[in-house]
Amino acid sequence: MASPTPSSSISAVAESKSIALKAEKVSVYYGSNLAVKDVYLDIPEHEIVAFIGPSGCGKSTILRCFNRMNDLIPIAKVEGRILFDGEEISGKRVDPVELRRRVGMVFQKPNPFPKSIYDNITFGAKINGYQGDYDELVERSLRGAALWDEVKDKLKESGLGLSGGQQQRLCIARAIAIEPEVILMDEPCSALDPISTIKVEELMHDLKSKYTIVIVTHNMQQASRVSDRTAFFNAIATDKGGKMGYLVEYDKTEAIFSNPKEEYTRDYVSGRFG
Amino acid sequence: MTADVTGDIAPGSWNPKRDRAKMVQIIVKIIFGAFAAISIFTTIGILGTLIFETIAFFQEVSIIRFLTETRWTPLFASKQFGIFVLISATVMIAVISVLVALPLGLLSAVCLSEYATPRVRKILKPILEILAGVPTVVYGYFALLTVTPFLQTFLPNLQGFNALSAGLVLGVMITPLVASLSEDALYSVPRSLKDGAYALGATKRETVVSVILPAAVSGIVSSLILAISRAVGETMIVTLAAGANPTLGFNPFVPVMTMTAFIVQITAGDAPHGTTAYKTLFAVGMTLFLMTFALNIFSFWFVRRFREKYD
Amino acid sequence: MERNISSRPPENAPKAARESNFAVNLNRRYMMDRIFKAAAWGATIISVIILSWLLLTILMDGLGTLNWNFITSFPSRKAERAGIIAALAGTVWLMGLVALFAFPIGVGAGIYLEEFAEDNWFTQFVEINIGNLAGVPSIIYGLLGLAVFVRIMEPITGGRSVLSGSLTISLLILPIVIVATREALRAIPDSLRLAGYALGATRWQVVRSHVLPAALPGILTGMILALSRAIGETASLIAVGAAVFISFLPEGLNSQFTAMPIQIYNWISRPQDEFHYIAASGIIVLMAALLVMNGLAIYLRNRFQQEKL
Repeated sequence: MASPTPSSSISAVAESKSIALKAEKVSVYYGSNLAVKDVYLDIPEHEIVAFIGPSGCGKSTILRCFNRMNDLIPIAKVEGRILFDGEEISGKRVDPVELRRRVGMVFQKPNPFPKSIYDNITFGAKINGYQGDYDELVERSLRGAALWDEVKDKLKESGLGLSGGQQQRLCIARAIAIEPEVILMDEPCSALDPISTIKVEELMHDLKSKYTIVIVTHNMQQASRVSDRTAFFNAIATDKGGKMGYLVEYDKTEAIFSNPKEEYTRDYVSGRFG
Repeated sequence: MTADVTGDIAPGSWNPKRDRAKMVQIIVKIIFGAFAAISIFTTIGILGTLIFETIAFFQEVSIIRFLTETRWTPLFASKQFGIFVLISATVMIAVISVLVALPLGLLSAVCLSEYATPRVRKILKPILEILAGVPTVVYGYFALLTVTPFLQTFLPNLQGFNALSAGLVLGVMITPLVASLSEDALYSVPRSLKDGAYALGATKRETVVSVILPAAVSGIVSSLILAISRAVGETMIVTLAAGANPTLGFNPFVPVMTMTAFIVQITAGDAPHGTTAYKTLFAVGMTLFLMTFALNIFSFWFVRRFREKYD
Repeated sequence: MERNISSRPPENAPKAARESNFAVNLNRRYMMDRIFKAAAWGATIISVIILSWLLLTILMDGLGTLNWNFITSFPSRKAERAGIIAALAGTVWLMGLVALFAFPIGVGAGIYLEEFAEDNWFTQFVEINIGNLAGVPSIIYGLLGLAVFVRIMEPITGGRSVLSGSLTISLLILPIVIVATREALRAIPDSLRLAGYALGATRWQVVRSHVLPAALPGILTGMILALSRAIGETASLIAVGAAVFISFLPEGLNSQFTAMPIQIYNWISRPQDEFHYIAASGIIVLMAALLVMNGLAIYLRNRFQQEKL
């Protein structure tokens, strides 16, 4: 590879798995503040990769680079290269709208649209010119999100009438309805009760066979339960009084939790700070 | 130290005059409470005068005639009192104004909340506020002496007084109302919904049209109803530009007379107390009041009933 | 065909097969986006254009006949000799009286509702009532004024007098003053009140000596905006019988009167163009007064905001 790879970025993906997402020396600025610095990261296909770290470490910021949600923040600026299926996606040539069709996202707080459950699912498909049968798409997506049995009799009711856990699974169903290749999950369980959390985690296991999943979580148990690989981010205070995040260590999840190479990672996963 | 039965603080340099302070507070409270009650007396006064004179009117003219006659000639020798003549004009002009104000106001609201940069927004908002603060008599001047001659250059059969100019200018007048209330509604749509739409690969327009506007629909509809209510009750533009010619029907090119224009016509002359013309004023006023009141209530109800709750 | 997700092989399905389900058609969608954006900007720009058109028309029509003679003359049957002094004086009288009535009553009612009233049915009733009154057309207030102030209270008001007119307009703007007062009071942090109570002051003492002074700039701003609504008020004044041809200045509360918007209305209604020009001149004077009032309100608002920082 032509680009320089610093020693701290362990080539976690040693096996010859194909790489879905790749970050090369990615830095994100908010205005003049450097929020995350020089992240190198390879995310293999059909794996679940967890981003952990204390708040302000930039894990959500990096996640939002993969579907270019940072474009929506006028003051945000992304530097470096991000590759998706080997194609660079951070440049002007790639359209964020088309990219987001292929890289889905689930947010921290369930955010179903104030529409019926059916319309929540079909919205993304409609705008993206889905060619197939919509009823079938709705059933397939809801089944895929393990929600079908609970809502099949009230597809015309508002998505806002569901419980928090159901709403989040509706948002997952909405994301898989546009048949993405990657699903980004930004602390998807932080607003959910433990039962709903388990359901979503089980769902992630099921989804893994079809999608590459990147999940940001502040819950280390969750990261150890669901993920194949874990990236640990940390934050250091800057002179300007802000925080700057960077990637400390990225490895197989067992390695991160049982035998981390870095001091910081050990302290964090053992609960000494964060 | 012996127990002080009166509860006074031990003698010394403190003399708080608590009784006096409490007395002042009670008096102030009563006076200000009475001031607040003036608003209730205003409502009672409005309802009382309208109802009292309207009953007197219906003792002279049957309600059947009021609702079924097809001409409005209370000042002629052969009197007719078909209120729908005036209502048709009021409704037609209100409809024209809404046809202007809905697209202009709503699109301006979208522009301000979604497209304009904060700096441009800071310039545009005061311009809309100026538009809202122009006295209606000035809009009347504009409608009669500027817009009508302008329209006549390509609508030759447009008469000097007409509902079209009045409605168009009235629409401009209520546009800031629609724009600012709709913008508030758009602004209150949570950021997370927009992000949800963008994350599904929606473009900006798709996000606005399919997610933000539907999510804000209760506030938008309520602003629109309030604007209609304002249009129905507006007086000077229609009096000056639409004329004083009671015509039943919905032809926007000819002079018509709205309810408000009739009230101005009668009160600008001298309608002696106790005459039928004087009572007619209040029957028309009552009709106007009921229409605007129903619209206002409907607007409040709508926003409560259909407001989506995002926590 | 039902696809069972978990039974799918982990190997990636061919990309072409996946893509075929969607015809994303970005060109068409971005074209729609551009049209929509243009429409949104267009609508906003139309408002700006119309405002400019209106102001330019008024200036072009009215500047020619706007001179000192116009300001200081009484109305006349001849347009070139007609002036606006009677209407100007009437408007000054009206505004003075309206401020005198509406300010204490509106502020008092606002203080009562915000600081004293318990949350009971009376308070709620008053609040709903104020909301409804704000939506009543001004011409209806005119009918109220006609029936109550002009007819019933004629012995006190002198019938179609400057007093009747100002009472009517006071009722009309009262909801605005009350709402502005309440908003200004609500903006004062509770810590200020609690500090007062902690020192043993009664509620009224706290309001009078701490809360009201802090809220005064906000209240004054609201009052000026209410008066700028009042200065252009025409319909209700016609209903209470503001005269259109007055060749004297108001001498007292019971005096007959006219006002600038009434005079302007009268001139617009005349068929001759000469009167339309002086109507435009009158509008310039009216709008200038409005501009001064709004400028004052903005100045107060800005000073208030600076102090808060």
